[in-house]
Amino acid sequence: MKRTQLTRTHTLAVLVENKAGVLARVAGLFARRGFNIESLAVAPTDERFSRITIVIDAESAPLDQIKKQLDKLIDVIDIVELSPEHSALREMVLARLELDDEAKVADVEALVDGFSGSVLRVRGSSMMLSLSSRPEDLDAFLEKLEPYGVAELQRTGAIAIPGI
Amino acid sequence: MEMDGGTALLKALEYEGVEVVFGYPGGAIMPVYDSMVTDKSSPRHVLVRHEQGAGHMASGYAHATGKPGVVMVTSGPAATNIVTPLADAYLDSVPIVAITGQVPYNLIGTDAFQETDTTGITMSITKHNYLVSDPNDIPQVVHEAFHIATTGRPGPVLIDLPKNITDVLNPQSTMTWSDPVPVDLPGFKPVFDGEPEMIEAAVELMLKATRPVLYAGGGILKARGAAELRELAERMNIPVVTTLMARGAMPDSHELNLGMPGMHGNYTAVMAMQESDLLIAMGSRFDDRVTGKVDEFAPDAKVIHVDIDPAELGKIRLPDVAIRGDAKHVMRQMLDVIGASNPADHSAWRSTLSGWQENYPLAYEDAEPGGRLKPQMVLERLHELSPEDTIVASGVGQHQMWASQYWKFEHPYTWLNSGGLGTMGYSIPAAIGAKVGMPDKTVWAVDGDGCFQMTSQELITAAVEKIPVKVALLNNTYLGMVRQWQEMFYENRLSEVDLSGPVPDYIKLSEAMGCVAIRVEDPDEVDDAIERANAINDAPVVLEFVTEPNENVYPMVPGGKSNSEVVVPPFQQKRATE
Repeated sequence: MKRTQLTRTHTLAVLVENKAGVLARVAGLFARRGFNIESLAVAPTDERFSRITIVIDAESAPLDQIKKQLDKLIDVIDIVELSPEHSALREMVLARLELDDEAKVADVEALVDGFSGSVLRVRGSSMMLSLSSRPEDLDAFLEKLEPYGVAELQRTGAIAIPGI
Repeated sequence: MEMDGGTALLKALEYEGVEVVFGYPGGAIMPVYDSMVTDKSSPRHVLVRHEQGAGHMASGYAHATGKPGVVMVTSGPAATNIVTPLADAYLDSVPIVAITGQVPYNLIGTDAFQETDTTGITMSITKHNYLVSDPNDIPQVVHEAFHIATTGRPGPVLIDLPKNITDVLNPQSTMTWSDPVPVDLPGFKPVFDGEPEMIEAAVELMLKATRPVLYAGGGILKARGAAELRELAERMNIPVVTTLMARGAMPDSHELNLGMPGMHGNYTAVMAMQESDLLIAMGSRFDDRVTGKVDEFAPDAKVIHVDIDPAELGKIRLPDVAIRGDAKHVMRQMLDVIGASNPADHSAWRSTLSGWQENYPLAYEDAEPGGRLKPQMVLERLHELSPEDTIVASGVGQHQMWASQYWKFEHPYTWLNSGGLGTMGYSIPAAIGAKVGMPDKTVWAVDGDGCFQMTSQELITAAVEKIPVKVALLNNTYLGMVRQWQEMFYENRLSEVDLSGPVPDYIKLSEAMGCVAIRVEDPDEVDDAIERANAINDAPVVLEFVTEPNENVYPMVPGGKSNSEVVVPPFQQKRATE
């Protein structure tokens, strides 16, 4: 469950042309050059551009080579490496819990509250939760949640922009 | 002006100055072929016999002329048939533009007849590719494709055109022509001039070095920088090795040219790099066939690496000075910085090199009396008896290495081969493409019997289209390079390398394809056959030289071994121990 070890990853903010196939070009490049992707998040920023946040395994290839190969793609306009300290970095998780005891709902609510997350819905012993925070907070949150019985979860992968 | 997309494509090609298209029609590209009939000013079309041939012809044309080559084929199997030439052009940085037909836009994704995901398949073997959905985009996309293919590090670009936007019978193909605007691609800004501080740092290393080597790669030819290479080498008195992709960048007769390095490079070129104290890698990329075992490659050398593609800098070997730029520009900048400065004394280095050249020249043993022809001798005679600026296109294998070794190149763009991908069957179509682009030059394809059987059908194209190329078929009845490896590394366990036939009869086959064909078995017939071939200018010619089956290519650095373990031919090994 614990995926995000920031010490051995790099986060790249990649500005690309918002064109058909651009995600396939980026993902394909990583696959064929043997670069490992930890997570990848993409969405348009306006009509012309999209921003991709890629968290990469720093041990799979030298970062310099990864950046240069990415830069060769015609649709890639800019690549910025973001340091965890000097950037706004967020990830979101959605989770569904199936508790064995309805009485534990209050415990989970307190836990969620402690992480500034949200309880989206409670139905009997089933709960829907969300949390948006730094990836390592998500790791800590999910670790605490595990004993309660996480039935399903989805993390978005990190998104990031340079800090101010 | 209103027109259909098919006509617009031809007009766009004319706008880019395209003189010839190598291609093959089919369902999804048929509208463009229809427009060729109605558009009288469309480029010449060369009808090939297999789409792969069209791709290599475009590549050969591009390398020989310096202009981008164009290949046009239909969707599905035709698109997949040009995958090999695209990959070949990608690895050897050859500017070609491929036009593929595609099923109509509304059928994409339905597994329609002859549908393949062409842009998906070719994404990793093209510099860029396009799937066009609007016929109004055609002029600009074609303009961008030619710009990308020819600018910076050259390479192949593919344009996939759904049938509905090209077909005069389909109202969706109606477009309004407007001339393309200057290309504005924020993600594609090649840099040509090196950073001045880096140039100065490089020159400083060059002035101090006592055992320098200029490691000249194909990038010099792509940059049209042969004159600068020679000037830089002469000015700094630095010996040059010319890689397989750079043969001809420096005249072989020049005293500073040590010849080809690498797995089958000559001893002096290999050892010069290995023992150097400074390697100036100019448009070269530290290919494994050049470096041998990378960890033990040129251990004492500082490295200056110049490449227009920054991803090559530090990819294999970390340079001491990395310069992003075009080889021609950077060498000119270096010469400016050098000014009147003089290099260190290289006399000890030069005498080491000439000692190696004397003891370990490229050499082979003459055939025994009555024995089969030696392929090296055939190539030496071919070179001797052909015009000095003859263009030579080679296939892949032993004959390729012998051609690179024993042909003496005096001019750039006279050597065509498949270096990076190692595509068997490259030579005949590439020679045809070169001859189309340079009709006044003699063009020889040097081929092996394995390669010949892969693409010889293009000799029909040559005969029908009146493209009089010549083929020197070195028939050793083996897949010779594989046989050599099986002999040397697998205890001579020969596995599936015997092509001794007895079929095909290469003479009958060639004649059936419209060629003049001559079989040569006797050494005394070699010169006469070559002279006869060189005198024929109205038909393709095939000379079949029946050569020694067990001849090996030497020197050789065994795969994965250090270049210091270069193996010279057996008769030179004896000399070394005497």
